[in-house]
Order: sequence, then C-alpha cells, then structure tokens
Amino acid sequence: MKTTLSWLKSHLETEAPVDEIVRRLVMLGLEVESVADRGAALAPFRTAHVVSAAPHPNADKLQVCMVDTGDGILQVVCGAPNARAGMRGVFAPVGVTIPRNGMVLKQSKIRGVDSNGMLCSSWELGLSDDHVGIIELPGETPIGESFVTLLGLDDPVLDIKITPNRADCLGVHGIARDLAAAGVGKLRPLIVEPIEGGFDSPTWVHLATLHSEPCPLFLGRTIRGVKNGPSPRWLQDRLTAIGLRPISALVDITNFLTLDVDRPLHVFDADRIKGDLIVREARPGETLAALNGRDYALDGEMTVIADDHGVLSLGGVIGGESTACTEQTSCVFIEAALFDPVRTAATGRKLNLQSDARYRFERGLDPAFVAPGMEIATRLILELCGGEPSTVVVAGEAPAWRRTFRLRKDRTATLGGVALPEDEQKRILEALGCGVTDGDGAFVVTPPSWRGDIEGEADLVEEMLRVNGYDAIPTVPLERETALPKPALTVAQRRTGFVRRSLASRGLVEAVTYSFMASGDAEKFGGVRPELRLVNPISADLDVMRPSILPNLLAAARRNADRGLADGAIFEIGPQYADDTPEGQATVAAGLRHGRTGAKHWSDPGRPVDALMAKADALAALAAAGAPGDNLQVGSDPPSWYHPGRAGTLRLGPKALAHFGEIHPAILAQLDVKGPVVAFEVFLDAVPTTRKSGRGRPILKLSPFQPVERDFAFLVPEALPAETLLRAARGVDRKLIAEVRLFDVYAGAGLPEGRKSLAITVVLQPEDATLTDEQIEAFSQKLVAQVAKATGGELRR
Amino acid sequence: MDDFETTRSELKAAIDAAASREALEQIRVAALGRKGSITERMKGLGALDPDARRAAGAALNALKDEIAAAIEAAAARLSASELQARLATERIDVSLPVRPEPEGRIHPISQTIDELVAIFGEMGFTVAEGPHIEDDFHNFTALNIPPEHPARQEHDTFYLPEKPDGSRRVLRTHTSPVQIRTMLRDKPPLRIIVPGRTFRNDHDATHSPMFHQVEGLVIDKTSHMGHLKGCLIEFCRNFFDVEDLPVRFRPSYFPFTEPSAEVDIGCSRANGEFKIGAGADWLEILGSGMVHPKVLANCGIDPDEYQGFAFGMGIERIAMLKYGIPDLRTFYESDLRWLRHYGFVPLDVPSMVGGLSR
Repeated sequence: MKTTLSWLKSHLETEAPVDEIVRRLVMLGLEVESVADRGAALAPFRTAHVVSAAPHPNADKLQVCMVDTGDGILQVVCGAPNARAGMRGVFAPVGVTIPRNGMVLKQSKIRGVDSNGMLCSSWELGLSDDHVGIIELPGETPIGESFVTLLGLDDPVLDIKITPNRADCLGVHGIARDLAAAGVGKLRPLIVEPIEGGFDSPTWVHLATLHSEPCPLFLGRTIRGVKNGPSPRWLQDRLTAIGLRPISALVDITNFLTLDVDRPLHVFDADRIKGDLIVREARPGETLAALNGRDYALDGEMTVIADDHGVLSLGGVIGGESTACTEQTSCVFIEAALFDPVRTAATGRKLNLQSDARYRFERGLDPAFVAPGMEIATRLILELCGGEPSTVVVAGEAPAWRRTFRLRKDRTATLGGVALPEDEQKRILEALGCGVTDGDGAFVVTPPSWRGDIEGEADLVEEMLRVNGYDAIPTVPLERETALPKPALTVAQRRTGFVRRSLASRGLVEAVTYSFMASGDAEKFGGVRPELRLVNPISADLDVMRPSILPNLLAAARRNADRGLADGAIFEIGPQYADDTPEGQATVAAGLRHGRTGAKHWSDPGRPVDALMAKADALAALAAAGAPGDNLQVGSDPPSWYHPGRAGTLRLGPKALAHFGEIHPAILAQLDVKGPVVAFEVFLDAVPTTRKSGRGRPILKLSPFQPVERDFAFLVPEALPAETLLRAARGVDRKLIAEVRLFDVYAGAGLPEGRKSLAITVVLQPEDATLTDEQIEAFSQKLVAQVAKATGGELRR
Repeated sequence: MDDFETTRSELKAAIDAAASREALEQIRVAALGRKGSITERMKGLGALDPDARRAAGAALNALKDEIAAAIEAAAARLSASELQARLATERIDVSLPVRPEPEGRIHPISQTIDELVAIFGEMGFTVAEGPHIEDDFHNFTALNIPPEHPARQEHDTFYLPEKPDGSRRVLRTHTSPVQIRTMLRDKPPLRIIVPGRTFRNDHDATHSPMFHQVEGLVIDKTSHMGHLKGCLIEFCRNFFDVEDLPVRFRPSYFPFTEPSAEVDIGCSRANGEFKIGAGADWLEILGSGMVHPKVLANCGIDPDEYQGFAFGMGIERIAMLKYGIPDLRTFYESDLRWLRHYGFVPLDVPSMVGGLSR
C-alpha cells in the first residue's frame, strides 16, 4: 500500500516530520517498507532563463548561451537544438551529479569556449526517455526556483506493508485514523453529503445468486451528461506518485477512491449496458474480455455482473472491455457493492488474476461504507466530469456487522503486560472507532464496521497495546519453575547428539540434504509408496519423500568428485520415510566414505576405502547411541543397494540396527558415482533406550597377578566368519579370558585348498594366583579342542 | 708405602686414560676384582699384627673407595660423551608435515540448533519434535487457519496425494503443528522449543523448498507480553553474543497469536559492511505473540484459565546472520569445501556455562 506524505496529510492534520510518521507507523504495526524521496537526486537543479544564445565559433551544432540562474549570469555551451534566447529551462551548476549517468558536472572548455554548467533534458534528469532537446518551462516560471518543488516531487512516497487482517488500512484514510489514535495529529473526518438524484436510474439491478453471500449488497446510480477527459493535475500526480498510470477522469476516480477510502467501485458505460444488471453465478462456457486485455473462462463458482447479452464484469475482481468508459462516454452507471471475500479470492486464484479490487474484497471491506462510498464517488464525478445523477438503486442489504465483546479492564496488564488506565483504554478504543460502555466491572466494546478482524478480547488488547506502543510494555524476565534447569533433551535426543559428534570426530563431515529426492533413484533404494509422491514437487528430480538418505549423499559425493574432491567422508542424521504416518518417519544416521583414505602423504600412502571402515563407523554410531555392543550380531545379508559379498547387517536379536558395506557397483554406475564407495545406515529409533537402573558402574576388580598372553593359529574353512572363531575362543573360559584379539588372517600359498588361517592372541587374567605352566598348558588344550569343534578347523602346526 | 702410592697413582692414571667403558671395566677388574691388585693386598692384611693391620686396612679401604669412585666418575663421563656422540648422529627433519588426523565437521544448522537448545534449555524449555508429514488439522485448522484463509495460500504448501476420503497430507509448512501435538498430549504448564525441518514450495535465492525453523511455546496461567519480551530479548542478546543488542517489538499479524509481534534486532550497514548491534537499521528475525484463545480451545485448553506465548524463526537465517554465511542455498549442497569452512569442530559443544561458541 503506497501513499505520499501529502496524500496522508489530506486525511491527517499534523505537523509531524516524515521520520516521526514512519516511526509511529512501524510501532502501530503498519510496517513502512520504504520511503522514496523522488526529489532527492534532483534537489540541486534550478529553474533558469536563457538570456542570449549565439552560435559557437568553432562548432556548427553548438551554441553559447548566457544563462540567468537567479544567482548571477553564467556562460554555458549547449548542444540542444531547441536552446534559444528567452526560453526558460532547468540549469545544473558545476559540481552536481547527473541522475541518468551519475557523472559529476565539471567546469570545462568545449571546443575552446568556457562552459559553467548545463541546461538539462528530461532524459538526463531521469524523468523520461525524451532526449531530443532540453526541458522547456512555461514563460512565467520564476527563475532560480527548486525544480523539484516545481514538479511536485518533494513529496516522499511511503510504501506500507499491510498485514492481512488490516483490510481497513488499504485506504489512506484508515492509515490516518491509526496515526491519529496514536497521537500523531488529528483525523480529518470524511465529508459524506448525500446527493439527491434528479431522476430514477434507467438501469436496474437484480441480485440473482443462489444465496445472498456472494453479493449481499449492490448499490448503483446512473449519471448522465458526463464529459470524460484527462483528470486534473492533483489527481494524476497522486496516482503517478504511487505507480499508477492516469487513464481518464472516470477511471482515475475509481482508482483514487479505492486507495483513498478503501472503497473499490466500478463505472460502466451505461449506454453499452443492454437492459438491467443481473448479479449471478457465471454459467459454464461464459467468458469475459477483461479490462486488462485478456479473456477469461468463467465457471459457476464465480460471481459476475451481467446484462441481457452476457457477462459484463467479474464481481470484485475486474471490469469488462465491453462496458468500459472511453472519451466518448456520456452516461455512466456506478457500482458500489459487497462481494464475498472467499469467492473473490478463489476466483482470483483460479484465474491467476490480481487486482486492487480483489486484494481488498478478499480481505473484507467495510459493510457500512457502501452508500457513503457511492456518495463520495458521485460528488467527485460531478465535480470533475459534470452530469446529472439519478437516485440510488439498492439491491440487497448490508450484512449485520455489529458485535459486542466483554473486555476485562485488567487484561492489558494480565495479557498485555502493561497496565493502562481505564480512561486511556477507552480513549484508544474510541479513537479507533469502537463503541465503549461500562458494564459489570468490564468494558463492553462494539468494534466499528471496518474492523471485522476484531473477534474478541485478545484483539482488543492488541489494539490498545499497539496504539500505546509495544515499547511501553515493561520487560519481565521469564522465571524458571525450578532453580536449576531440567535436561532439555530426552534420552533419545541426547544420544542423537552423541552420534553426530562421534561421527564427526571420526573424520566424517556432516551434511544436511533435502527430505525429497528423485523417484527414479528412490526405486533403487527400496522404492517409495504412492502416498509419498508429492503432488506438486518443486522439480521432477525432487518428487518423492526419500526412503533412504544414501542416494542424496551419493549425489553429494558425485558432485564433490566433480569438483576435484574424489576422497571424502560425509554423513547426515535425518529422516527417512516409509509411509505417510508419524510412525513411518525414522531417524537415521547414514554416511559414506569414497575414494581413498586420504591424499598421498609422505608417512602414509593411504588405501582405498573398504567395507570394514563403514562397519567401524556403524559400530561407533551404535556405541554412541547406547546399543549394547557385545550383543550385536553381524549378518551378511545386506539390502539390495549394497555389494552382496562386501556388506552386512548388524542386529540386536531379530531387529536390524544398521547396514554397512560397499555400495553395489551397479547402483554406483547408475548414479554415475565413481567407486569405491562404502556406506552405513544406522537406525537410531531402533536402538533400545531403556537404561539400567541407576548410573553406577560395576565394581572394577583389578587383579594383582600377572596376565599371560598366548597365540594360536587355526586352519579353518575359508567361508568361516571370523566372528565364529572369536566367539568360540571367548567362550572357553569367560572368567579367565580377558581379551581375544585376531592378529592375522591369511589365505593362499602354503595352505590346503579351501582353508584359511586365523591367528589369535588370548589374554588370560588370573584373579586368585599366578598361573602355573601346567594350568596354562591345560587351558591351551581346552581352547584348541573347543575352537576346533566350533569352527571345523584345526590348530595350524 | 711407596708401593701403595705407586699403585694409587698408576690406577688413577689408567682410569683417566680409559677411552671406553670396556677399558674402564678391565681396570676395575684388575684393581677391585676377585684377583685384583687391591683385593690381593686386602687378603695380605691377615699376616700383619693388629695395629699395623688396622692402619693398613684403613688405608686400603680408603684407596678402594677412592678408586671405585674414580671409576664411577669416569664411567659417567664416558657415558655422557658416548651419548653426545650418538645424539650428534641422530637427526630428523622437524619441519616435516605431521601425519594427517581426520577431523570431521558439524553442520552449521546442527550447531545452531545446539545453541538454541543451550539457551532455551537454560530458561526451562525442553525439546519437542513431530512428524514432517502432517495432516490439515495440525498444520492449519487447529492453528486458526481455516481452509479459505489467505494465509493458507501464502504458505506454498507441498501436498501428498488425495486419499479416498478426500483428505490429503501435507509437508508441514512450519514447526507450529508440534505446538498443537504437544498441547493435545501434555497438560500445562508447558515450555517447549521445536527445532526441525519445514517445507514450502518456493525456490529462489532466498527460499529453499526445505529449511529449518525453531518454534517456542510457553503455556501457563500468568505469562504475558512482558514475559514474551523478556524471553526473546534474552535469547537475541545471548545468541548473537551482543550484550547491548537493541531488540524491537512491532505489532504484526499471525492467525495463531493475538496480540502478535514481529521482532527486529539492531544492525548497521554503514560503509557496505553488515554488523549486528546498535546501529541505524533494524533487521526482522522472528515472529511471536500470545497464543490465540481459539488455538488453546482447539487443543482442549481453557483459554480463560491458561495463556502463554509462542514464537518462531528460521534457523538458517539466524545462522547466516551470526556466522556471516552469504547464501541460503549452499546449506544443502553438501560441498565439502563449504562444510569444512562453515562447519564446526566436533568438540565445540555449545553450552551457556561453557560459552555458546569458541
């Protein structure tokens, strides 16, 4: 919503400077987005008189002018063909900046003749594209005056953002009312004097909608004998200042009243209406050639104004070409009506048609201002275009708007945080147009017809608070209910944080990627149910909710490789979606490593990433998430997007907690990612959050006796999981064995076909006495026997 | 006794002359060993009369101690010079670059959420979460945004397919539905913040189809606009770490709060340099207000008994402001160079007592 300062002052008696007005508007909730001072760049330019003009001695197209600037006579070389003695123009002294090109004007010699300034064209001043000649001012123009003042450009334009609830401030008068309530001057009341009609309107109006809501009230009036021409300068200036193009007096008046008093109107060329006006729903197949030059196909949800021949305009949205006013128009029919906000909004959206009228109707207009609006419009038309008005045709009636609310007198204090005296509360509400009476220890408030947004006590409190200023609300610390804060995070949330920082401390870099992805890629990662396909995706490659985080990370790895970062490690902790229920959303820590472990380095040649690195990441994440590491079982049955032989699943009982391993080479090829890539997915919600009672740890028993280490190498079947051997060894004597470490894995030359060698170190920690050689020997034999039995292997000799 | 003196001086000379610890050891064995010259003399003492034995014994013991000490001193001297010689040959290039130690980074969004939790946690808030795929009731209707409300059109909602009953799920357009879920589930007093993903169908330089918001909700019997101001001023000053940061509250409009306020912080753009703090300009950073009585009623909370405030802000936005990150879209591009540059080291865990950031 734009207005100029002078326009605002036509509704508000105030001496407040523009800065103060802007500050108060902001504090009222009418956010000023910009204040454009159109005259600032033109401030140094003055009117001047060309005293004489003589040909330039050294150039055919130049003249040497003597210019009276009001401040002395200066010699100026000018190239404009229309420069001549006796004319008045716009003079730029040395030192000013030319708005069009930002050049600073210097004293100069042009072809050997001194030049002290410039006579300007309107192109150079940025006022138009006309650069044929210099500006010519009327002969009576005083000399040495500010050109800005002469143009009327010394009037700042305020651009005010009106929140959707404040339909009443979509007119300058409403803005002035708020300012007046806040003490910035006095509101000038609108003068509405009914004009008596001299005859009955020959055009009648019938409301024929199925129900009354689409158009509850329609006022019309014929004015005959009007003369439509350009509107006067003051009206054109106001419209131009806020970016509207003046068209003709009749059109400009409707635009002006829309902006000035928030009352959209429509003026039909009455001679082009065939019969009476009918307000009805559009019929299938009907179209409207609208004033904006476009054709619109209408439907039964839209409210139209029609005559005997068809649709003339779209109620509350836009007028039609067929009854538009032209220079020839001599008889008009003025429409002042109410249209339903919801239908107006729906119509505009459906047709993708925005207009000043729609913008106001869809926010809700003052139902009591239809007749006054008609009278103001009539008066302006008579004033600017002449003519003779008819009586007013009234169809329908204004909907009831009067509502009363109880307002407890302490509510500004208990809800708003600022205690306002009763008389101040009353003053503010009345200044905003409310009726206020006392009743039963509280106020009984009737909001004005233009404040349909006020729906209860809380709204009334806001009105008083904002007029009084939010600055005036004393700041109160938000006291805690307990002396020390309770943990802000649940156990699961805290664990997620541990997982994040654990993975990062392992060298993985955290990424955040979209929750959506391309459906084609999603198919490769388990697929997506139809309910997770977006109806209106932002683009075709972001059309489904992701079933896994990995595809997004793989895409990131590809992009990073394209940037020359072939080695990397990234992770994300975020959602994946199985269905559209809250339970279908799971929190997953997923990550991948690609390329080599690191760049070439003097101390470490590095190596390609491998599946067990991803396993280490998965285990670290699970440990941070509180999973019982000792009870995890590893299976070699990963989902299809992993390499079938180089990936696994970590389970707790039957529940999969994590997958890890190499990404399937076929998937890499399809996604155009260069391998190797190893990845992990840890399902954080699947990790049990139950905690043992208390935070105490088991007693630490430190044995005083020397631990003993013994090494064993076993020949086992090549397919045997190492885990089987390690479990068997640990199980030999859980009390005595402190640790079992796998220190060598070998398959190849020197071994029987189909066998591999696994070598372990077993650490024995006695608790009661140092182990004797005999005890150690007995233990070794037991271990060899049990491991051989469990693994189908034998001790390697 | 000449003989004694001779032994003494000869041994001392030999010790001084010894060039290695092996040579020194030979001298020790020759003098003090089982068959060494001093040992032999000790053996000869038995033949003397008691007085002479006492005198000669004392002298011999003194000589023995003296020689032993001299050998020890010589040994220490030799060790030191051997060490010197060894050190002279042992050199590494200390200018060599060290072995790389991988260190990851925490994404600025995660770090900012941790900061938010640290600040609001201190004020007694707990963290609540909710689903990203929402229904119409929680995302709009319960928040006093009826189907035809203009605000609904401005939300640029992502829709999922219509179900047989005509309903359709949406991707939540804000974190506010978690307010509703919390109020429906828990009894007041309530104090929660809700950081999380939100979605709007809008993509340009300043909009991303997915972004993060944090929502706050306080419900009790007494909290009013003064508390709202106190809470949010405290937050802004602590988060941006500017003690005297000007904070401005402006009336505004949200369907789910009444009265409503937008919150600006002071900043300056002097000389083309943006700075948060006292200055000529204001920057809008969050929306807030007293929870609308209809919203309370929609959640089964009696608006005549309970009241409170709510607020919401964009996490990327405040992160960009605090850490000088120029472009919103870069948050989701997973460019390793960006993540390493703007990311945080894993041990940098924000807390109020330990400081929000290093």
